[in-house]
Amino acid sequence: MPTHADYRLSQLDELEAESIHIFREVAAEFEKPVLMFSGGKDSICMMRLAEKAFYPAKIPFPVLQVDTGFDFPEVLSCRDSWVSRLGVRMIIASVDEALENGVIVDDGKMSRNRMQIGTLLHALEEGAFTAAFGGGRRDEEKARAKERVYSHRDEFGQWDPKMQRPELWSLYNGKIREGEHMRIFPLSNWTELDVWHYIAREGIEIPDIYLSHQREVIERDGMLLSNGDHLTLRAGETPSVRTVRFRTVGDMTLTGCVESDANTTADIIDEIAVARVTERGATRGDDRFSEAAMEDRKKEGYF
Amino acid sequence: MDLLRFATAGSVDDGKSTLIGRLLLDSKAIFEDQLEAVEATSSAKGYDYTDLALLTDGLRSEREQGITIDVAYRYFATPTRKFIIADTPGHVQYTRNMVTGASTADLGLVLVDARHGLTEQSRRHAVILSLLRVPHLVLAVNKMDLVDYDQAVFEKIQQEFTAFATKLTIPDLTIIPISALKGDNVVTRSEPMSWYEGPSLIHHLEHVHVASDRDLVDARLPVQFVVRPKSDDFHDYRGYAGMVAGGVLKPGDDVLVLPSGFTSRISAIDLFDQELTEAYPPMSVTVRLEDNLDVSRGDMICRPQNAPTPSQDIDAMICWMTNAPLRPRQKLAIKHTTRSGRAMVKDIQYRLDVNTLHRDLETKELGLNEIGRVQLRTTVPLLCDPYATNKTTGSFILIDEATGVTVGAGMINSTT
Ligand SMILES: Nc1nc2c(ncn2[C@@H]2O[C@H](COP(=O)(O)OP(=O)(O)O)[C@@H](O)[C@H]2O)c(=O)[nH]1
Repeated sequence: MPTHADYRLSQLDELEAESIHIFREVAAEFEKPVLMFSGGKDSICMMRLAEKAFYPAKIPFPVLQVDTGFDFPEVLSCRDSWVSRLGVRMIIASVDEALENGVIVDDGKMSRNRMQIGTLLHALEEGAFTAAFGGGRRDEEKARAKERVYSHRDEFGQWDPKMQRPELWSLYNGKIREGEHMRIFPLSNWTELDVWHYIAREGIEIPDIYLSHQREVIERDGMLLSNGDHLTLRAGETPSVRTVRFRTVGDMTLTGCVESDANTTADIIDEIAVARVTERGATRGDDRFSEAAMEDRKKEGYF
Repeated sequence: MDLLRFATAGSVDDGKSTLIGRLLLDSKAIFEDQLEAVEATSSAKGYDYTDLALLTDGLRSEREQGITIDVAYRYFATPTRKFIIADTPGHVQYTRNMVTGASTADLGLVLVDARHGLTEQSRRHAVILSLLRVPHLVLAVNKMDLVDYDQAVFEKIQQEFTAFATKLTIPDLTIIPISALKGDNVVTRSEPMSWYEGPSLIHHLEHVHVASDRDLVDARLPVQFVVRPKSDDFHDYRGYAGMVAGGVLKPGDDVLVLPSGFTSRISAIDLFDQELTEAYPPMSVTVRLEDNLDVSRGDMICRPQNAPTPSQDIDAMICWMTNAPLRPRQKLAIKHTTRSGRAMVKDIQYRLDVNTLHRDLETKELGLNEIGRVQLRTTVPLLCDPYATNKTTGSFILIDEATGVTVGAGMINSTT
């Protein structure tokens, strides 16, 4: 319980209070919010904050997940356990279905992660959602440093860096026009370490793959990828079993793991405190194309 | 570990990006891959040193123009504090970004180039920070290495700024000579400036006392959301959720609910499944009352003997943030705490020259990036306090009703 003689909150309590404020503000002002749940630690952190924001009532909006068809089974089972514990409605938008229905087109060059964009935008449009919570943090990447908590998207789901509204004090402007929607980033001011400290403090469930385990992997483009049916081995690639963990979760074909003995959230915190490579830099194949890759994808409506 | 938010300002080339890059680097907030990218860019451009400024600079289009033109947020932590930097550009035309960055800041950091001394822009930065009531100000006199670490140069700037600051509301002023490039007095005390006896910049940021900056006297809880579980376990639960804007609330306190004027008593304060013994800013809590009242979003829970006066006539300083000027009779949407309504401009009393503090009484409009004193009439009564007393209940934003864009930021002087 946050009681301090000098009436100062700890940094985690202050971040929590700010995020809860954002969740409540959106629930009060938007007609149809939805929480985009990736199964990763950031979206689990969001779920926890949403749970706290409305307790003892249930979270008053559904959860949306894009099923890439290549999601880690550990992530899906963690998701299911959260969803059933909180009793929230879950909507699944499948990339395969979107491909089948011609909502997105596979031109052979696009990564699965990029196909998520089209699938996601379609699901948001179909559900007529006016606000979509995402787990993005400003410390993740340079292009995100200027992102607002309320990030305005036009009727095409696009983000215009020049059109973002000034955000002052804790006064959020939720005005949107027909067909537009808002991306909401309640974790804007959290860093990777804050998220881990919070998960440790709250003692909440995360997918096992974040913790150290034995896994058959192959090395590709300087990344360790999980071996399995989803990968086609290239010449010279030989799988080996290593002790690894994942720092981000995403599409299995693109998300690399790192060798690690970190067994608990406390170990992870120690590991990150000395880590010298950003989580995205280390393990997300889709961000590596160019320094400005993230910015381009944001303009297209990526998370 | 607590949190300190600070806003930075400086004219172009004063070394702001270099300083922030150094703070991030020295506190290990920069990762290998980020540093490598910047080293690669630096050498591709033929620089003979790593341009730390590249670490912080933002979107590609801005990168191509070689300038930063929006507020960017950066994060770093030392063992004692976590810091959030609102990095705002120093161009003449971007007052609105500085106002935005300063609105949430506990501390303002203004940079000047020791060779040039105070400029019109440094004065303006200080004026804006003071208007926004940022309680702590640091003037960092940068590039001391280029003036041979000369004490006299520093003291001249120090005296000039201290004299200027007396015209402003700056409760706490600290002036530090630094070299962002070489690192003098940024993290460690400077050898060549042994004549300087004050703290290094990071030491000051880590230790500046911010506990008493928030209003802990006037209890204010703007009701944000009514929590009604409608479940068997919590059948009769009715809680008023919101972020405490002022004062300390405790179970058993007598309260007054505005605008209805009903009184009751706090029966419990919840934060998730815990019952708290007290709540203070900026905690997000849920308050339960002893009586079943009709309380909804936009209402304010306060104390019978200490409540804001509801008013539809507002006198405020407004920073205008869009191209089309603000004019008398103009109608806008207004958002104040959790209340929304409409507002009409009754009068623009004067425009404030943020460089000279001169009040221009002739102008009857406010252009982009201008600040002025304005009288508004609102459709709903605002439950407000003067901004000087409480930043949360004393501030509002103005929204263009056609586009939905935030076009103005207001700080309430008084109700009339
Ligand atoms: N000698 C010296 N050069 C500096 C110092 N700080 C910044 N610079 C240089 O001044 C120039 C402008 O700095 P930059 O950080 O880009 O300025 P900004 O426009 O305020 O962000 C760059 O060439 C820096 O390397 C300093 O303390 N000493």
